[in-house]
Amino acid sequence: MTSPPSAATPLLRAESLYLRRGSRVVLAVERLDVFPGETLALIGPNGAGKSTLLHVLAGLISPDRGRLLFRGRPIRARDTLWYRRHLAVVMQAPLLLDTSVERNVALGLLFRRISREERRTRVARWLERLGIAHLRRRRARALSGGEAQRVALARALATEPDLLFLDEPFAALDAPTRHSLIGELFDVLRETGQTTVVVTHDREEAFTLADRVAVLLAGRIRQVGTPEEVFNRPTDEEVAAFVGVENVLDATIVSVAEGLVRLRVGDVLVDVAGTGHWPGCHVRVAVRPEDITLWPGAPELPPSSARNTLRGDVVHLRPVGTNVRVVIDCGTFEMIALVTRRTVRELGLKPGTPVGLTFKATAAHVIGPGLPGQETS
Amino acid sequence: MERSNIGQRKRVRGVESVVQGMYEAVRLMWSRDPAVLDVVGLTLFVSGTATLLSVVIGVPLATVLALNEFPGRTLLVSLINVGMGMPPVLVGLVVALLLWRSGPLGSLGLIYTPTAMIIAQAVIALPLVTGLGIAALQQLDPRLPLQLLGLGASRRQMVIVLLWEARLPLLAAVMAGFGAAISEVGASMMVGGNIARQTRVLTTAIVLETSRGQFALAMALGIVLFLLAWLVTLVLTTIQQRAGPPR
Repeated sequence: MTSPPSAATPLLRAESLYLRRGSRVVLAVERLDVFPGETLALIGPNGAGKSTLLHVLAGLISPDRGRLLFRGRPIRARDTLWYRRHLAVVMQAPLLLDTSVERNVALGLLFRRISREERRTRVARWLERLGIAHLRRRRARALSGGEAQRVALARALATEPDLLFLDEPFAALDAPTRHSLIGELFDVLRETGQTTVVVTHDREEAFTLADRVAVLLAGRIRQVGTPEEVFNRPTDEEVAAFVGVENVLDATIVSVAEGLVRLRVGDVLVDVAGTGHWPGCHVRVAVRPEDITLWPGAPELPPSSARNTLRGDVVHLRPVGTNVRVVIDCGTFEMIALVTRRTVRELGLKPGTPVGLTFKATAAHVIGPGLPGQETS
Repeated sequence: MERSNIGQRKRVRGVESVVQGMYEAVRLMWSRDPAVLDVVGLTLFVSGTATLLSVVIGVPLATVLALNEFPGRTLLVSLINVGMGMPPVLVGLVVALLLWRSGPLGSLGLIYTPTAMIIAQAVIALPLVTGLGIAALQQLDPRLPLQLLGLGASRRQMVIVLLWEARLPLLAAVMAGFGAAISEVGASMMVGGNIARQTRVLTTAIVLETSRGQFALAMALGIVLFLLAWLVTLVLTTIQQRAGPPR
């Protein structure tokens, strides 16, 4: 999963999209590119405008200002039907018609006036591909949630679109159904080289499906990058808060040398990989809880690639799914580490236990201005 | 009014007239009295045409009102809804005033013709077809239009699919419109005049026979009216239920 070369022509480019409802600005997107063959995830909290952006990108609603370019060609008002016939949309609800599964899957092909034989082959192919061939004569309204969403996906994929838009397609499904469907969809998208834009508020989904992730907050795109970039090196605090970096600490830059930024956090020094910062700046440093290693007691650790060693006492433990979130008091600040239940048992972690914490300089990330004299509030 | 040659006239009252009416109804239908057939035929023609007219105007109107947002829309829908309960006599009065020989449309010479009755009944059925049509389309998922566009539908294809999806309640709207048209009497009387063999329909004939004290005959005509309305509704209901999805 690498970001496509910037030289490639985007399949779809959005320029200066602007949309308001009443006095509220719903969308203000300077630029967004979708490259051929990639899966771009639009992530953001509820109400960030993700679905609205998807609808605008799919030509379903027109923005107040701005334009779309499809294969470098601007889409004018009279081209929207032509454009819409190059794409297919799957929404959160399957929205199937009250007829058989087969006829539902053929719907997009009927709209495109595709011949009967071609329709039959394509419908059969996609029903088969999504594992619902046995349901083809069933009434669509009588299907379970997971089956219905498979039909909705087959209906969209049967049009063999240049661009596939998925608007939280799994949000309404239960966890096991969701996981198996995401896995299968991932395979289909890779095999067919399908260019896809998927809206989600689920980080795992974005991580699994996406080549690139765009973070949308309050109608603006705040960061675009590979999932690793966005999840490990969020550009600012709000993105960090959304993507789930829990350790965000106030820090002052002490020195910058050899690709390492040395910061003072409370009364300890922390090394973070990076350049482009100036000593004296007030910044924040972010470390993901899963990147922190815990050691029992107050060990004397040999030098290692983990450049940062802190000490503290466990404050409390809280199970999170199959893992445990451990809050550690490091004197003037708190750190959160995510460890397995087994680790908790074997290290005998409980409130009050003294522990050592280590993390690599590359696991931490400086958030804040790269210029001297500016302060983050 | 000219003396009607419909059936035999007996002065019967109360429960007896119901029984008598049933017998008379069977006899009337069995005898295929040309005068009765005229009345039945005209009733079907007038109310059927009026219903068709109200569907041709009402369904597109309902589509526009259900799928678009524009200022004054709520006001218009509320007017249609109040029209669903409009007294037919009032419609009859307005249509009669318009078509009166000295009225604005008097030169067309339509007063006391079946055409005038069709116009009046269509005006009565229109709010029902439109109002229930709007409700039929609005009970669809509000996200469905966008979903259809997102699958490559043109506006036209989208509307066709939406109407198809709402076909069951839409047929109910048509049935309600037909029911209102065929059961209406005041307006038909006012603009048609209840002229034998010209503008006499079942409802106006029932009024006439009742006023003459021919209760059995009136009852017989009432039963014919009921059976007729039922038959047409049965046909529509059969279409409605058949139009359901495949097994």
